[in-house]
Amino acid sequence: MDATILLAAAINGLLIGGIYTLVASGLTLIYGVLHIINFAHGSMLMLAMFGVFFLLTKAGIDPYAALLVMVPAMFALGYLLYRGVIGRFSSGKDENILLITLGLSILIENLALMFFKGDTRTISVAYSDKMVELGPLLVSLPKIISFVAAMVLCGVLGLWMQRSDTGKAIRAVAKERMGARLVGIDVDRVFAVSYGIGLATLGAAACLLMPIFYVSPTIGHVFVIVAFTVVVLGGMGSFLGAVVGGLIVGLTESFGGLFLGESLGQIGISLIFILILLLRPSGLFGAGR
Amino acid sequence: MTLTPRISRRAVVKAAAASTVLGAPGLLLAQARPIKVGLIHPVSGALAYSGGQGRMGCQMAIDEINAAGGIKALGGARLEATLGDSQSRPEVGVAEVERLHQENVAAYVGCFSSAIALPATQAAAKYNTPFMIDVGVSDAIVSRGLKNVFRLAPGNGKCVDDAFAGLAEVNKAAGGVAKSVLLVHEDSEFGTSTARLLQGKISGVGLEVKEVLKHATPTRDFSNLVLRVKSLKPDLVIISNYQNEYVLLARTMHQQRVDVAGMFSVLGGGFNYRLVKEQPDVAQYMMDFNHWYNPNNPKAQAMRKAVEARGGLFTFEVYCGYNAVKCYADAIERARSAEKDKVIAALETSTWSDHFMPYGPTKFVNGQNTGGRAVLLQASKTDIDVVWPNEFAGAKPVFPKPKFG
Repeated sequence: MDATILLAAAINGLLIGGIYTLVASGLTLIYGVLHIINFAHGSMLMLAMFGVFFLLTKAGIDPYAALLVMVPAMFALGYLLYRGVIGRFSSGKDENILLITLGLSILIENLALMFFKGDTRTISVAYSDKMVELGPLLVSLPKIISFVAAMVLCGVLGLWMQRSDTGKAIRAVAKERMGARLVGIDVDRVFAVSYGIGLATLGAAACLLMPIFYVSPTIGHVFVIVAFTVVVLGGMGSFLGAVVGGLIVGLTESFGGLFLGESLGQIGISLIFILILLLRPSGLFGAGR
Repeated sequence: MTLTPRISRRAVVKAAAASTVLGAPGLLLAQARPIKVGLIHPVSGALAYSGGQGRMGCQMAIDEINAAGGIKALGGARLEATLGDSQSRPEVGVAEVERLHQENVAAYVGCFSSAIALPATQAAAKYNTPFMIDVGVSDAIVSRGLKNVFRLAPGNGKCVDDAFAGLAEVNKAAGGVAKSVLLVHEDSEFGTSTARLLQGKISGVGLEVKEVLKHATPTRDFSNLVLRVKSLKPDLVIISNYQNEYVLLARTMHQQRVDVAGMFSVLGGGFNYRLVKEQPDVAQYMMDFNHWYNPNNPKAQAMRKAVEARGGLFTFEVYCGYNAVKCYADAIERARSAEKDKVIAALETSTWSDHFMPYGPTKFVNGQNTGGRAVLLQASKTDIDVVWPNEFAGAKPVFPKPKFG
């Protein structure tokens, strides 16, 4: 096979992997650190993407400028949702959280269907068709931006988790809930903050995705399985894992598509999922429990 | 089910006496029971938009018929929509057929997707309930000998035949610039069956298939596939897939500046006014063979205005659904009954022409309307025009499309 095509597939794989990392970074925090299986992750991404869509079409706010609105807005939504709904009705039980987030996702998706209709929508901004020449390749500028942003975002979040007090508190709660409570950490607040941060990353993901992708009420399904695969592969709760996992999944999909065709190529993602569960259930960078 | 109103003999005598006295001969008929029509569309899940559009079209027809006094042959019996949601899944479509059967529907209209229509029509066949296919192009739907299934719009066999006739003519008029074709299709029943048909016919019009590329639904990134297209350098790219992937693929082709004589789709899921409005640069020059209304028909134009006035898009699902319901209503009128056997017999001999599709009067053979046809459309930066056949054309095709500067 032509070396240019292999190189192109590698670049495309890395770029799409960057997008998977973006979507998975919030999930790894929520799923990995707090052990909440957030079934509403996909529908929250969808909400954020519609947010970006309407900010541009109704208020003329550029998707990248919308970061300033969407990130805090999604954080607030996550925080309030946890405080008002998830935390309140779960009574601290993981299996309840699972059902609540599943219920939320069904509710949100159908409300979106009612209000936004099932149509596929895209946005067009001045740079959405800007291409950068990388050797023989034309690479879309918004994709490069999203890739870089995903790496920066995961780096910052990873550092913040290591260094900041809130980050330490989140990790303490994740490791030993009772112990954390005994040393004076407000566990409920930590849960709400973490859920908020998880959703804030989706706000960022939505801003970076919209110039590249489309949005419809079911867009969450397109990404959520991949995001779970990335989290399981990278190791729950590890941002480095989300980056490496996202890139591996992106590359697998890209080369799978190249060698097996776009139809069968996606089998690679499921294979990775099964293999990692069999051989290394804690993921590449995850701490065993 | 029966549509004869349950009225006691005494009541009949009384009413007859009253009508003689009051001069109101329509009294009995005015009490006609509504006719339930089961609308089965994928209004949630991956095909939700198209399903919602189809449902809207059917409901518009039902509202219009009722507003005009219902089914006249049955004393103004109203049509009543009984809604079903197949959730974009075949097994749910079948479950909805069963559920609506419990609700005593007299007919079904649906299903948008071939994959759903195949098992759903089979389920309805058990009860011999007429099933009007609004959209669902797989020819297998009408070739299994099911007497209850009728399709007004053309199947993919006919669409492909029309597509090649149109393509050959447009290519010939341009001096035969296109010689090779690359096929891209999604890998479920719709895309696969259409691509298979295309592949069989391409050589017949002097074109050569360079390669067939298939992809899953959903596909998140088309960069690699478009690279393949670029390296194969076909003159034409023919796509057959659903809306989301159509948009993503068209956009990637545009971004990668793939120079082809024409980007062409048969029943392209995403080729619609939304694409033209949101991505005019991507949409421009794209061509599609699809179900379309007759642009010269004033009723079609009026309906387009009405749909757009309520903020909707006048997509093919809308008017295919609309006309499917109207065709069914015409059959009830002529059968003078909504009984299943009688309606099926009336549909078999239907010569209905009060539609606004580019077809002649209906003529069903094995449930397929043989007059149904597809037309060639091309997007400009602001609208979609019919460019072939000439009798319906509103613009001339731009072919080959200008190269990327």
